[in-house]
Amino acid sequence: MKHKVSTTVNGRRHEHEVEPRLLLVHYLRDNLGLTGTHIGCDTSQCGACTILVDGKAVKSCTMFAVQAEGKSLTTIEGMAKDGQLHPIQQAFWDEHGLQCGYCTPGFIMAAAYLLEQNPNPTEDEIRKGLEGNLCRCTGYVNIVKAVQTAARTMGGAEAKPAERARAGR
Amino acid sequence: MIGAKIHRREDPKLVTGHGTYVDDIQQTGMVYMSVVRSAQAHAKIKSIDITEASKSPGVVAIYAARDFKGVINGGLPVTESLIADKKYVPNQFPIAETEVVYFGEPVAVVLADERYQASDAAEKVQVDYDPLPVVVDFEKAMQKGSQKSHSDGPDNIAWDVEFPGGDIEAAFKEADVVVKERIIQQRVFPLSMEPRTVIANFVPFTNQLTMWSSTQVPHFVRIFMCFGLGVPESQIRVIAPDVGGGFGSKLRPYPEEYLAAAASKLSGRPVKWVEGRTENLQATTHGRGHIFDIEVAAKKDGTLLGLKVTNLSDNGAYVGVFGALQSALALLLAPGCYKWKAVHGRTVGILTNKMSTDPYRGAGRPEAAHLVERAVDLAAHELKMDPADVRLKNFPAENEFPFTNALGMVYDSGAYAKTLEKAKSLVGYDELRKRQAELRKKGRYMGIGWSTYVEICGVGPSAATAHVSGNLSLVESSVVRVHPTGSVTVAVGTHSHGQGHETTFAQIVADTLGVPYEVVEVHHGDTGDTPFGYGTYGSRSLAVGGVSIYKSCQKVVDKAKKIAAHALEAAEEDVVFDQGRFHVKGSPDKAKTMGEIAFAAHLPGLPEGMEAGLEAVTYFDPPNFTWPFGAHVCVTEVDPETGAVEIQKYVAVDDCGNVINPMIVDGQVHGGVAQGIGQALFEEVQYAEDTGQLKTGTLLDYSIPGIGEIPSMDLDRTVTPSPTNDLGVKGVGEAGTIAASAAVINSIVDALSPFGIKHVDMPASPDRLWKQIQEARK
Repeated sequence: MKHKVSTTVNGRRHEHEVEPRLLLVHYLRDNLGLTGTHIGCDTSQCGACTILVDGKAVKSCTMFAVQAEGKSLTTIEGMAKDGQLHPIQQAFWDEHGLQCGYCTPGFIMAAAYLLEQNPNPTEDEIRKGLEGNLCRCTGYVNIVKAVQTAARTMGGAEAKPAERARAGR
Repeated sequence: MIGAKIHRREDPKLVTGHGTYVDDIQQTGMVYMSVVRSAQAHAKIKSIDITEASKSPGVVAIYAARDFKGVINGGLPVTESLIADKKYVPNQFPIAETEVVYFGEPVAVVLADERYQASDAAEKVQVDYDPLPVVVDFEKAMQKGSQKSHSDGPDNIAWDVEFPGGDIEAAFKEADVVVKERIIQQRVFPLSMEPRTVIANFVPFTNQLTMWSSTQVPHFVRIFMCFGLGVPESQIRVIAPDVGGGFGSKLRPYPEEYLAAAASKLSGRPVKWVEGRTENLQATTHGRGHIFDIEVAAKKDGTLLGLKVTNLSDNGAYVGVFGALQSALALLLAPGCYKWKAVHGRTVGILTNKMSTDPYRGAGRPEAAHLVERAVDLAAHELKMDPADVRLKNFPAENEFPFTNALGMVYDSGAYAKTLEKAKSLVGYDELRKRQAELRKKGRYMGIGWSTYVEICGVGPSAATAHVSGNLSLVESSVVRVHPTGSVTVAVGTHSHGQGHETTFAQIVADTLGVPYEVVEVHHGDTGDTPFGYGTYGSRSLAVGGVSIYKSCQKVVDKAKKIAAHALEAAEEDVVFDQGRFHVKGSPDKAKTMGEIAFAAHLPGLPEGMEAGLEAVTYFDPPNFTWPFGAHVCVTEVDPETGAVEIQKYVAVDDCGNVINPMIVDGQVHGGVAQGIGQALFEEVQYAEDTGQLKTGTLLDYSIPGIGEIPSMDLDRTVTPSPTNDLGVKGVGEAGTIAASAAVINSIVDALSPFGIKHVDMPASPDRLWKQIQEARK
């Protein structure tokens, strides 16, 4: 038996008939083709599948697609606007906050929620705010730096864009 | 460009969700494969009943070993030739037929139209087992008369090899002190964030196989698909697109690659298999899994004399593809960066009813560094000397390089005292020791731990690797092609999965050819458009692959110079190549750029007898390994009431030779150190002793370090170029992991030394330390 689910994802409305047990992350990946949201575990520890649901960071493997009925979702694909990276994306690039990149979308989405809640977090607050996400490549050192840099950039007047030696392509 | 902090060109797609990992790829008509895995660690398979499963919605086919028998030839590439002095090395068919030998071994596969349907049906496959005795404890398993991990095997001994180096008995005779210790390297999960994933598309009648696999070694996988499926290598294309980390766990062909390919051949459909995390913990190779019994002999003045090491290696049920190599590396590097008079090693490979152990970041070198750095600290403690002083006393001096260690390995270059002194001043060593003494008076236990490691990179020169790698010569390849309009494509046999090769390799090409960085495109990971290469592991991609690129570029420059001389109407020896421009000596104004030469290379009017085009191929076989080194210091405080460890400072001074991109090098050190800390403090794979079931079967039961558990780090470098390659590079992918566990454990032991504690096992969890402190207080 299938259920109708209608959502707004990255500003676009979608309607599908889905099995009630379909996980939201599989709905995003397999039904909508939004493969930027990743799956790194099956017990909701890793946070690779983090998205925003009505503005709040949620591990999309912990929700059924049908629970997203009527909600507005933002995935990593919805962060860059008009060909410009979101400041958090830019900061992850500038600070070498990623290596294999698999956990990165989840971290960026979790960081987006963190900075929305607390635009000027301390290092401890960043570490606390992102404790639901795992990374195996970076040792988190540059992820912390990236979030600090993003906070500065998003903070307005006093913010200085990060020095970029040569961005290349 | 070489040496510059260039931001990675890989990143924009990855930060925007536009990366392409294998599970992001779909094929028309694709079915999902779910693997039915053994719920027993050791048992006879009595029957497999697929009646109910076959009726499950969406099921396309269900296959067991008998169905694959005619399709898959032979077994996985753990051939006898891979192990010198082998004893019993069981052949591994990708799926169990009559006997399962580890928990999680494949016993059947289900193909279904949809992801969830495949899992549903897999749960309905009924396997009836007849349990056999389970072998879990590998020390017991090596005893005569032990239960056997394979019922038809002679015993559980895969190999038993000695590594003699010098007169060990004489060295021990001279000793004022002898210290013994057992160093346990617990099993750990490599745990790349992306589990393994495969899509196999075998096209019927044309006999062509395309495989997408989350692997570090696409060419290696292709070779074994060729052998396994009897399809010519030329008809197989293996693509490793974006890969979400590997750490050594993706550098071998796996059962599921064979099964997906064969299932595609049998069903005529493209087959996708996505490993869940729980499955990943059961079925992707584990790291470490060793016991090292060591004996250290030293003189009163701190001179290190002799080191005896007996290594017991827990292979699991099947010897890992590089299983024996890890033990060999652990022993060959056991002397570390010290001038021992003699070192004696012995390694015994042991079969148990568990998942295979195979490389995990460092693969043998973290084991070596951990044991020798512990050995030096044990000796220092016994002699009541400062561990830094004992190290300094026993390093070879800079002018003693190339330095031959006690087991005959030739270290290319080193300045060990320099990294130690730099780390000392960065951490404020003398002050810290004073502070430590003050804190102890107040009942606080702060420790300072050293790890002055040397490691082996650039795996590997054929002369050294052939006898331990089944006669492989681990060369690496590149094709550098300058297009008519001056842009450049570089195709390589290595594979980047986080290391940033697309950026660093382009930096090398831009500098060497003198072309803009932006016009250099690096291709890797697709056997369809890259030359054969052994892939990425063993910190080899730059020191072997990168040097191959440099050599190809040099060949291109040589040809371009001939064309330039012809165009400038000068003798070739009078033409100078400087920053991408060719000119006649003394007339720099009248120059031809590499772009102009590239265009000319594709037009008529070339020097007589010269072929058109501007490209070159290199297969580089290095003359020696490279030997990075460094000094790490970890400062911890242990709370004696809870056993909790706080890392207060972590200083790493590494020397990986010349650096192409310092930002990427730092990132590699950060991540490596984090994994070393993970092993030192948190991680341990546990199997139930009685049943062989995996107790740490999900991320709920096994913790890798989170963002709150890894400290910020103070990094620095010295630069001692390798004399054995053109770029003077050494490698850095594993250094952090190799150094870190010893630094952390030495620090904890140092902190707890007032309790009389001399050694601490990993993981140094609060409960373990608390118990040890309670015991010591009695």
